[in-house]
Amino acid sequence: MERVKFQIDNKDCEALYGQMLVDAARDNGVYIPTLCNMQDVKPCGSCRVCTVKVNGRYATACTTPVACGMEIESDTEEIHEIRKALIELIFAEGNHYCPTCEMSGNCELQALGYRFGMMVSRFPYQFPQREINTDCQHLIIDYNRCIRCKRCIRTIKDKKGKSYFAFINRGDKLEVTMDKEMAKTMPLKVAELAMENCPVGAILLKETAYRVPIGERRFDKKCIGSEIEETDVKVFMGELNNE
Amino acid sequence: MTKKITIEPVTRVEGHGKVTIHLDENNNVAQSRLHIVEFRGFERFVQGRPYWEAPVLVQRLCGICPVSHHLAAAKALDVIVGVGPNNLTPTGEKMRRLMHYGQVFQSHSLHFFHLAAADLLFGYDADPAIRNVVGIINQFPDLAVQGVMMRKFGQEIIRATAGKKIHGTGAIPGGINKHLSIEERDSFLHGADPLNIDKMISWSVDAVQLFKDYHAQHADFIDNFAHFPSNHLSIVREDGALDLYNGLLRCVDSEGNIVLDKIDNQHYHHYIEEEVKSWSYMKFPYIKSLGKEKGWYRVGPLARLNTCDFIPTPLAQKEFEIYKAYTNGKPNNMCMHTHWARLIEILHCAEMMKDLLNDPDLLKGELLAKGVKTNEGVGIIEAPRGTLFHHYAINEDDTIKMANLIVSTTNNNEPMNRSVNFVANKMMNGQKEITEAMMNAVEVSIRAYDPCLSCATHALGKMPLEVKLFDFDGNLLDLVKS
Repeated sequence: MERVKFQIDNKDCEALYGQMLVDAARDNGVYIPTLCNMQDVKPCGSCRVCTVKVNGRYATACTTPVACGMEIESDTEEIHEIRKALIELIFAEGNHYCPTCEMSGNCELQALGYRFGMMVSRFPYQFPQREINTDCQHLIIDYNRCIRCKRCIRTIKDKKGKSYFAFINRGDKLEVTMDKEMAKTMPLKVAELAMENCPVGAILLKETAYRVPIGERRFDKKCIGSEIEETDVKVFMGELNNE
Repeated sequence: MTKKITIEPVTRVEGHGKVTIHLDENNNVAQSRLHIVEFRGFERFVQGRPYWEAPVLVQRLCGICPVSHHLAAAKALDVIVGVGPNNLTPTGEKMRRLMHYGQVFQSHSLHFFHLAAADLLFGYDADPAIRNVVGIINQFPDLAVQGVMMRKFGQEIIRATAGKKIHGTGAIPGGINKHLSIEERDSFLHGADPLNIDKMISWSVDAVQLFKDYHAQHADFIDNFAHFPSNHLSIVREDGALDLYNGLLRCVDSEGNIVLDKIDNQHYHHYIEEEVKSWSYMKFPYIKSLGKEKGWYRVGPLARLNTCDFIPTPLAQKEFEIYKAYTNGKPNNMCMHTHWARLIEILHCAEMMKDLLNDPDLLKGELLAKGVKTNEGVGIIEAPRGTLFHHYAINEDDTIKMANLIVSTTNNNEPMNRSVNFVANKMMNGQKEITEAMMNAVEVSIRAYDPCLSCATHALGKMPLEVKLFDFDGNLLDLVKS
């Protein structure tokens, strides 16, 4: 397959033609933050956290295929500020209470908040009224924390390929819902995968909370993205992950 | 013309409250009240949340003794997951106990050395400019360091068992989520001076002696300040030993007669009821069988040393015997003796921590026990300030249907009001001028209970307390606040 040359923050990179920027960056040891994106899953570009500048124009790295000679800006003050604002918007839009959330320390949204030095959202908190769904015997779906990344819709399917989850409503009323009948028969392994694929604490396996002690959680000792970066962990502002 | 005094905010307590004292035409106290002016509503907003969140969520009531709430909630949920208070794994129970003794040790140290000691060392009528923790640091630096380091040791124990010094996640329904590491254990047992358990025991012995020496010189003040009879309630071990983590409810009256004994925690609500009064966000619990007027009781160190038969650690037991001998074995109803009892408990906690740190079960073994799930559970623990009740019922879908919390300071609501009344009468009756020292004396009586006011109202906002003085027509004459 054809390989193309491009640059990220003036670093010479090489990738397969047509590869999405976020994947191409990863292969070259460059971390571009994402929330909705998952490796090997068709991207949907819903969270916008992977925003970069491609040849001077804004684009989402998860939905933009790499092309020859592209010049990408990612690790710049301007892009950091955009990403930080996007993360703050997500926090303001839902009910994200990290101090008591069982995903604290394992949550990708919280980890990005720390990475980008977010202290508090600059946008007014919306405090939406949202429910908890307990239709599935193995799961609790806490819509307070759902960021509508669509990861569950795209990846949690039965043997026939039918998704357990779906979007309902539109605009700011958009919600993820679960097929009631399918939920009742969801196998435990599928439920475990659903929790694993959720980047926040919206899909939770029942009665397993807080089993991993503080200090051993996913982001307790390393920053999100540090597994990709060639250099040491970068923390742009503030303290890393004390919560 | 009558006057109304308001002390607002009350200082050197954890929480926001005020005292109002009404004086009649002859400047005698007509009425006094401790008002708790915060409101929180934790019992309501945990409803609908998954039950396993409760120990982590409800502990946010307080930054001083979150461990007590964390463990009381976990104990209630142990019952819900079918494990019950006596069927945890050895590791689960011992890690939780270590966490709890660390918590009581640090909280008592904070209270005695940082909040209460200034009144004793300088006198309640000393210049307020030096009658504070900074004054202690300046004039008694060794004691100040001792208080700080004892608190630090307790906090480190909490960090090692709960994951963080404040608001950890260690206790989960049915057990605990971690072992103690060998490095952590060794550091607590043999750490560099002063942060090792032997030093903590030695300092605890010194602290008890400090109080006894002070008492010998100021017996009149210590014995007679807010001395009034009451019932006393706590949990005690089945054999009557002091047990801060687990036991059965016992209540004795002011003469030592048993009012309640061997009451299963799950049935507390058959014996205790809560009254609501319009002027305070804090409820007034009482023993049902004795009624509202006579059923109120004290909780906390004073009450615990009145209800228990003995202390199961040697040094604390020796001090307990001296303490009990002072009242000829009868219950102690002297408010300021709460500090004495508190220091004996500090010593007990230090001894218990040493025993536990030498126990291999902390380093290995099953963390969680399993049982048959039920839909309701009660957890009762002896928090630093006294008996703490957590009661939860859950729905079929594992969300919380009902929560009832009776917090230590709530249990002490009526006694604190009585203490305020006692001291106000004694200090202010017939006085032409109400001095700062008189008002501080009122605060001293409240401080003896080590109240945690925000926690007690389940509260919102900041904490300190104030005192207001009103005349007969309701005009504000004086206001003292921090």
